[in-house]
Amino acid sequence: MTASASAEALAPSRLRRGATRSGARIFVDAAFSVLLFVGTIVGVVALATLLWTIVDDGWARLMADPAAFLSNYVSRLPARAGIKAALIGSAYLMVLTTLFCFPVGVGAAIYLEEFAPRNRVTNFVETNISNLAGVPSVVYGLLGLGIFARFLRMGPSLLAGALTLAVMSLPVIIVAAREAIRAVPESIRLGAYALGATKWQTVRRQVLPAALPGTLTGTILALSRAIGETAPLLVIGLPIVIFSLPNDLRDPVSALPLLIFDWTSRPQPAFAEAAAAASIVLLALLLAMNAVAIYLRNRYTIRW
Amino acid sequence: MSIAKRSSRTGERVVVGALFACAVLSIAVTVGIVAVLVVDAVAFFRESSLFDFLTGTVWAPGQGSGEGGLYGVLPLINGTLMIGVGAIVVGLPLGVLTAIYLSEYASARIRGLLKPTLEILAGIPTVIVGYFALQFVTPSLLRPIFGEDQVFVFNAAAGSIAVGLMILPIIASISEDAMRSVPASLREAAFGLGSTKRQVSLRVVVPAALSGIAASVILAFSRAVGETMAVTIAAGNSPKMTLNYFTSIQTLTASIAQTVSGEASAGTVRYNALFALGLTLFAITLVMNLISARIVRRFRQVYS
Repeated sequence: MTASASAEALAPSRLRRGATRSGARIFVDAAFSVLLFVGTIVGVVALATLLWTIVDDGWARLMADPAAFLSNYVSRLPARAGIKAALIGSAYLMVLTTLFCFPVGVGAAIYLEEFAPRNRVTNFVETNISNLAGVPSVVYGLLGLGIFARFLRMGPSLLAGALTLAVMSLPVIIVAAREAIRAVPESIRLGAYALGATKWQTVRRQVLPAALPGTLTGTILALSRAIGETAPLLVIGLPIVIFSLPNDLRDPVSALPLLIFDWTSRPQPAFAEAAAAASIVLLALLLAMNAVAIYLRNRYTIRW
Repeated sequence: MSIAKRSSRTGERVVVGALFACAVLSIAVTVGIVAVLVVDAVAFFRESSLFDFLTGTVWAPGQGSGEGGLYGVLPLINGTLMIGVGAIVVGLPLGVLTAIYLSEYASARIRGLLKPTLEILAGIPTVIVGYFALQFVTPSLLRPIFGEDQVFVFNAAAGSIAVGLMILPIIASISEDAMRSVPASLREAAFGLGSTKRQVSLRVVVPAALSGIAASVILAFSRAVGETMAVTIAAGNSPKMTLNYFTSIQTLTASIAQTVSGEASAGTVRYNALFALGLTLFAITLVMNLISARIVRRFRQVYS
C-alpha cells in the first residue's frame, strides 16, 4: 500500500501510461541529457572565452618587450608603462601575509582540533570563524583602513596591506588546517600516548608532520586568493603610481591587481592592452602557485 | 582525549595557552570589524540622520543643500539587489544543471576534468573578471544582441553576468554535495519502479537535495552582494533607482571603492559614510550566511 503510494508520487502518469508514451519519454530523456551537458559546458566555455580574451588582448603587449614590461615603473605613456613596483609589491605582500597568518591559522586549528574542550566558548569560536569566512573582502578593507592604517598609524603601507590580507585569509587557512589535522588517524595519537608522550609531544612530533602537506596545500590556495584581491588594498589606500620599492615595513607598496584595476579604468585602449598583459602575468603567478599546491598534495599526502 | 596524560609541565601549559590565543584572535577580528564599522557609522549618523539614510532615494555625496551632500542608501541597495538577482538568474540554472550533471550523469573521468575547471573559474581574480565583462561581455555579447544604442558602456547586465560566472562554482559545488549525499537506496527504488535517469534526477534527487540547493543559492547571493571589483569596473558608478539592466548603476561595494579612490579624508561626512555603507553590507551578508549555514546543518542531519 505505502509502496505503491510512493511510486505514484514518484511517477504518477508514467506508470499508468508508460508503454504508450515510451517514444516521447525517450525523446525527453535525450533532450534532458543534452540540456545538462549544454548547461555544464557554458561555464567551461565562459572560462575559455575569458582566458582567450585576456591572452588575445595582452599577449602582443607583453611579448613586445617582456623585460621592459616587467622592469619598468608605471608611466603616463601606455607604451612605456611597466609593472615592476606592482609585481614586486605583490611578492612582498604575499611573503609577509604568509608570515602573519600561517602560524596563527595553524595554531588556531591545532587548538580547535586537539585541545579545545566541547563547550560554549569553543562553539562560539567555531561559529565565529565560519562567519568570518563569509565577510566580503571590501569589509576587511574597511577594518584595515580603520584599525591598521588610521588607528595604529601605519598609513597605506606594506605592513597595513599584509596585515589586512592576513586577517582576511585567516579563516580559510584555519578551515584547511583543521581538515588536514582531522585526517590524521586516531591510532597514531593513541600509539604515541602508549609510548608515554604527552599531548603536546604527540601533536608536535606525530600529528603536525602528518598534517603538513594538507595544511600547506590549503595555505597556498588561500594565499593565491589573497594575492588576486583588489578591494581591501584599494580601501586601505595603497598607491598605484609609485616609483620605488619598499625598504621598510612602513613604506608604501603597490600590488598587481590594483594596477590592473587602474589600467582597466582608463579610457585609452593601449592601457586596456597593458591591463590584459598584466593580467596574464597575474594568472601565470596564480597558476604556478596552484601547481605547487597540487604537487604537494599528490606527492606528500599520506593515504592511511 | 582523556587517554592523554594531563601534563603538569608548565611549558606544555604555555603552549596550549598560546594556541588558545590564536583561536581567540578570530573573535578579536570580529570585534575589530564591528567596532570599526559602528564607531564611524555612529559619527556619520550624528551628522546625517538614520531616517534619511534608510529612506533617501538620492546618493550624492558633496551635492545638495547640506554641506555634506545627500546620503540616501536606497539607490545603492537597488543596484546591489539588481546585481544579486541578475547574478542568480545567470548562476542558478547553470550551477544546478552542472550539479545534476556532475552528480548523476558524468563519468568519473569527466568529473575529474570538470571539477578542477570549476575551481579555476572560482579562482580567477575578480578584477580580471571585471576586465572580461567590460572588454568582452558588453562590446561583443550584449551590444550586438540588444543594440549599441540600448546598452551603455557600463551596465548592470554585464556586471550580473560577471558575478553570475563567479558564483556558478559555489552553487554547483554545494548543490552537488547535497545531491551526492542523497542515499543511493532512494535512487534504486525509483529505478526499480521503472523511472528513467531523468525522472530519478528531477523527481527524487533534486527534491531530496532541495535544502542544500537553497543554501547554496543564499550563500551565492551573499557573495554577489559583497563582490566589489567586477561590478565597479563593469556596472558603473551612477547610483540610481532603476530596473533597467542596460544602464549604469552603483552597488554598495562599488560606492565604497569609488569613495576610497577619491581620497576622502578622515573625519569628513563622506569618509564616515564609508563605514555606514560597510555596516549595511556586513549586516546583509551576515544574515544571509547565517541562514545558509542553518539550512546546511539541517540537511546534513537528515541523511547522516
